[in-house]
Amino acid sequence: MAQLKVRIQRGDGMAEYGVAARENQTVLDVVTEIQREQQPDLAYRFACRVGMCGSCAMEVNGVARWTCRTHVRKVAEDGTLTLRPLANLPVIRDLATDMTPFFDKWARARGQFQPKDAPNGAVPAEFAVVPPSSPKRQEADAGIECIGCGVCYASCDVVSWNPDYLGPAAMNRAWTLVNDVRDGGRRERLDAVAGDAGCHSCHSTQGCTERCPKNLDPSSAIAGLKRSIFWGVLAR
Amino acid sequence: MRGQVHLWAAQRVSAVFLAVAVFVHLATIMLAVRGGLSAAEIVARLRGAEGWLAFYAVFALAAGIHGAIGMRNIAGEWLGWRGRGFDALWLGIGLLTAGFGIRAAWGLYHA
Repeated sequence: MAQLKVRIQRGDGMAEYGVAARENQTVLDVVTEIQREQQPDLAYRFACRVGMCGSCAMEVNGVARWTCRTHVRKVAEDGTLTLRPLANLPVIRDLATDMTPFFDKWARARGQFQPKDAPNGAVPAEFAVVPPSSPKRQEADAGIECIGCGVCYASCDVVSWNPDYLGPAAMNRAWTLVNDVRDGGRRERLDAVAGDAGCHSCHSTQGCTERCPKNLDPSSAIAGLKRSIFWGVLAR
Repeated sequence: MRGQVHLWAAQRVSAVFLAVAVFVHLATIMLAVRGGLSAAEIVARLRGAEGWLAFYAVFALAAGIHGAIGMRNIAGEWLGWRGRGFDALWLGIGLLTAGFGIRAAWGLYHA
């Protein structure tokens, strides 16, 4: 059976492994096989294996990807896979990164829903009715399927230049809530995502949109935030 | 944050003006040099002309603002030059750039 060459970043160096090249195998299958058969102390992260949980993202041949839904035959170059941990995040060990800065920025961008009707956390008496065809609902729908995998964050040049930059995922979440008619935190949220560490530093190079495994468009979400803040500033 | 939003807005608004102003500037140059370029001709066109004075004063101001904000962003991203000290430096450079341009326009107006 043909062999697949797999180079994996471990500490400061690269370790090399050989596994059988199969007709159908994902990058995550390959990493799991190496961990089970050859390198039991190899650290990596996964949970659902079906593209829902957002925990298995890594850099595959220089490109951040969700490895559970990435077929080896589509990304291997000359029968070789080179795997590194996601860029722009601290490495815990091997292929496992510390996602804390990534999710802290969601909180900084006010990514929590703040119900307008129940500011004290009370449950409103009635369900809110939001017509699916309304423009705001559709704008919110466009970004709502984010699984928090960090692929966009690792693919963003602005994050690599400015570690304080909120990044595409946090601002995509903020834009979703700005368009949520039930939410009451619009003003504070727009303030939180403004400025040099927020949407105004985005160069719109769309690395996030290009790489998002869910085909979301954080770049347009960030443009929406810029637009809302610009007209908000004029209106104040 | 609010200040940074204003910087962003100022850069976009100045860009809108510059897009038109640079075109007017270049078109004027091309039309003016068709009969040969002479200092006397330039002075004759600009001396006492309030319209050109106003146009070039705003042009110089927009260029100073736009350039300094852009340089501030590039220096922040590529060199890590961030903070109030550097902001003051770019403000100074922007005003100096605008000042040179406005002084030139004023000089020709009074030539």
